[in-house]
Amino acid sequence: MSALTKKHPTGLRVLLLGFLVVWVILAAFPFLWTLWGSFKVEGDFFSKANWANALTGELTRTETGGSFTGDGYHGAWVQEEFWRAALNTFVVCFCVVLISLTCSTLAGYALSRSTYNYAFWLLIAALIFRAMPPITLVSGYLLPFFEWNLWGHISTTVIVLVAINQPFSLWMLTSFFRNIPKDLDESAMVDGCTRFQAFRHVIIPVMWPGVITTGLFSFLLAYNDFAVTAMLLEKENQTMVPKIASFLGTTQTKGNVMFAVAAVVSSTAPIFVMVMFFQRQIVSGLTAGAVKG
Amino acid sequence: MVCAVKHGTFFSFVFPSLLAMTLFIALPVASVVVQSFHAQHDQVIIEVENCGPFGCETTTKIDQEATEALRQDQPLGKFVGLENYTNRGHLATSEIGEAWRTSESMGDFLGELMNLPFYRAIAFTLTFTAIVTPLTIMLGFAIAVAVNASARMLRGPLIFVSLLPFIINPLVGSLVLFWMIDARGILGHALQFLADDPELSVKASTPLMWIMLMVYGIWHAAPFAFVVFYAGLQTVNQDTLEAAMIDGATRWQRVRYVTIPHLMPLVTFVALIQLMDNFRVFEPLVSFSAAAHANSLSYYIYTDLGGETRLLNSAAATSVLTIIGVAILLAPVLVRTWRDHKRA
Amino acid sequence: MTKIARLLGATALITAAATTAFAEAHGGCKIDGGRLSIIGNEFPAIHTVANAATSCEGIEAEANLTADHQKLHVAGMTGNPAEYTTAIVANSSIVSLINEDVIRPLDDLVAEYGQDIPKHQLISVDGQVMAVAFMANAQSLVYREDILEQAGLDVPTTYEEVLAAAEKIRSDGILEYPVGGPYAAGWNLAQEFVNMYLGHGGEFFEPGSAKVAINNEKGVAALTMMKALSEYMNPDFLTHDSNATSAEWEAGNVALMHMWGSRTGVLMDDEGAEPVVYENTRIRGPLMVGDSGVPANTLWWDGWTVAKNISDEDAAATFQAMAYGSSPAILNDETMSQAVWLIDGFEAQPVNEGVLASVQAGSKPYPMVPYQGLLHTALGAELADFMNGAESAEQALADVEAAYTAAATEKGFLSE
Repeated sequence: MSALTKKHPTGLRVLLLGFLVVWVILAAFPFLWTLWGSFKVEGDFFSKANWANALTGELTRTETGGSFTGDGYHGAWVQEEFWRAALNTFVVCFCVVLISLTCSTLAGYALSRSTYNYAFWLLIAALIFRAMPPITLVSGYLLPFFEWNLWGHISTTVIVLVAINQPFSLWMLTSFFRNIPKDLDESAMVDGCTRFQAFRHVIIPVMWPGVITTGLFSFLLAYNDFAVTAMLLEKENQTMVPKIASFLGTTQTKGNVMFAVAAVVSSTAPIFVMVMFFQRQIVSGLTAGAVKG
Repeated sequence: MVCAVKHGTFFSFVFPSLLAMTLFIALPVASVVVQSFHAQHDQVIIEVENCGPFGCETTTKIDQEATEALRQDQPLGKFVGLENYTNRGHLATSEIGEAWRTSESMGDFLGELMNLPFYRAIAFTLTFTAIVTPLTIMLGFAIAVAVNASARMLRGPLIFVSLLPFIINPLVGSLVLFWMIDARGILGHALQFLADDPELSVKASTPLMWIMLMVYGIWHAAPFAFVVFYAGLQTVNQDTLEAAMIDGATRWQRVRYVTIPHLMPLVTFVALIQLMDNFRVFEPLVSFSAAAHANSLSYYIYTDLGGETRLLNSAAATSVLTIIGVAILLAPVLVRTWRDHKRA
Repeated sequence: MTKIARLLGATALITAAATTAFAEAHGGCKIDGGRLSIIGNEFPAIHTVANAATSCEGIEAEANLTADHQKLHVAGMTGNPAEYTTAIVANSSIVSLINEDVIRPLDDLVAEYGQDIPKHQLISVDGQVMAVAFMANAQSLVYREDILEQAGLDVPTTYEEVLAAAEKIRSDGILEYPVGGPYAAGWNLAQEFVNMYLGHGGEFFEPGSAKVAINNEKGVAALTMMKALSEYMNPDFLTHDSNATSAEWEAGNVALMHMWGSRTGVLMDDEGAEPVVYENTRIRGPLMVGDSGVPANTLWWDGWTVAKNISDEDAAATFQAMAYGSSPAILNDETMSQAVWLIDGFEAQPVNEGVLASVQAGSKPYPMVPYQGLLHTALGAELADFMNGAESAEQALADVEAAYTAAATEKGFLSE
């Protein structure tokens, strides 16, 4: 396609360029705005008195003396110990990605090589399961988890997130494995390997693009989850998103919105770095066929 | 034949995944289905006097002993068949029958229908799904084409920026947008300026709130469609394209007859995921405090479970109806997958 | 003796000396073994109570304070042994614990360990003590003194006067939307209806039954008043929960607001607003409406309970620790302003005026009725259509009744 790029007529190029500029602004502006606002005080962030206050920082100056303040970050990280939540989040995400990929790689491979009808129905069932609103699932977990003393632990949440994650990972990886020629592993089996050996020696070396892409999606799901983590983790094991929600206050008490804003910015930073680092892999994993229907 | 995986091997491969899904998805789904056919036992209510820091008053409480035995006997509650599905909170069969008989015009009937919470929720959910899904795909495709046509060194940063709306937490992302769209926030103010109406407020008007929710839905999901299509564009067969060019195909014809057919399986994939996610739309409604203007099936379940007295059976019935709804929506895609499977 | 104790007519006379002795005796709270596990909402006053209770020596103690407590406490107390040995609840949320029969009567424990707890703190249902309250809350009027002066108005005492004042402030060109209140669709809007309906002298249910009875003149009058008020509110009022309403206040956009007593402290401090706003923020008692003589607001308490499905040893330990956590020992300069404490030794702060005035004016407590929560949810879901202007008051109330009836039938409160 790049060879053709040069041949685009000027009119079309301007159109595409204009469209891209608009899209980039749409995509990035809320992030920049929040980043900017996180160094202000609440009155300026909401700027209900006058929207321009968010830019000039009227109240930030009267309340803190400077045009920018790190109070939100200090409050969130030091006073409210947001670092604990950050640590928990990384433990949860790491375990979810690891376990989820192990399970779904094995199952996805088997599903891609099976021609039986039950393999198909398994995939469909997984898909329909995915449609279940997570809140219903979570409210069903509460009683048994409390009864068996499973509630509140990080490990329980990890397993639940792995399970909720399975349908999507299965679907991605099955189609990815379908695009790896069957001849590869089957010729290994003709040579006397078992199915598992064939998987280990032939498939594992070539599966990484698809697995990394699927892993990134699993990571995002675990990282951004609210429904499960908010309800299943006790306070000391709380992850970032429920912690941010707890900064927002309740009906009868005022929260620390600026702590929340600072925490939002902080919690977005790691995924920024990750996406920057892995974007090539996302594209190449998808290109390699992880999404071919 | 070596091609097929043996049954035993197959199950040892899928076992961990299957176990996790059975325990944490299939069993809860089964229990939800069972619950949806039950209601609580009849409670015996007695008058009592309550006292506290603000004095005493006569009120009521549940006589626990009276229903204790019944509850021990049937912990799920009493079996009510389809009653949870047909009551006013769900399909409202008798209310609809009544409305059909009494309403004078179709508009009248529809008004009555939209006054029922379940139909209100389903109306928004379906509208949201029907509008957001295709627009997400189109926007994602347009971004993919535009990025693909840009200079090579720009693509990395462009992909990064384009992915941002997707990686942000939906709850947080929509909250930030909600703050910005306030009549005195930066976006709200910009809209007032553009519309030349200083009184314009997105949060005060139902149509604008719906549009806002959908705009957010598209903004959030378009990057996913974009990255999938972008990946697909990398594998378009160059020879076919060049052959088409030599044959004198116009730019549009090349897109129409080479690129789009190549991306079709990806469109199916994105549509599948998007249909499902949009049908479950929930977080934006919470962050936008949209309850006065819009209600979705997931939000309806959330309301049932979030009150001081939780309506488990009602939430279960709504959940089952949601799953059925998704299954119907996905049916065409599933049929296609079934054909592919048979062919393979 | 504290102001609130006097208001409540507590009989026990506690001298300053006795209070000190009590605090000293419990200064190092020691308990012989047992388990304490707290579930409760998250705000400073509850943190104070939980911190003091978990500081007791000799017990295994933990606290899970979260805004989601309501979704967790029933499940967490249902098992045997229960995960949580105590839930900190309000008069609305204790009902679901009583309904599910997961908390125990405290009479024996009060007799054995709780002689020092003043009588007015004990919450009794059907003659049995079910909870111990430690703080009170209520909504009341917050107003801007400078703006009322500028418009030449007296402080309104009724909603009718609020409407007149709002009209004057608007026509004088001072503020376009002078009225504020947490009218967000859902829980908040339902709460405002509860206030307004009680203010009109309404009763929610037919006496002694779960049959709802709000579709009447008083219900219509309550909704009509709410609608009239909303004409003077920011057009976004249906998305304004108490957070957003307070933000409007701090931005100086509102002159008359109905707000929680627990949130007025932050309105009067020097953060988040221009000096002209926070220096002129004043609090008044509850507003009246119509001629019922009952204020249009509700009184709330927060208190603690003890789980049923735990050993007697754990229950005793929990009771003692929580009794210490809500004893005069927790009161100091910092904690004093966190809430309207019902504890002896509490000295009312200026920000507490609204709550105290509500007690004095005879406001009704939020109803502790098994099915009130269902009605609240139905109100929150169905009233928005009326406030939007999409349907009539009668239709909205009929919808509420229908939604409530479906829910109450499912819950077994009504049988067909």
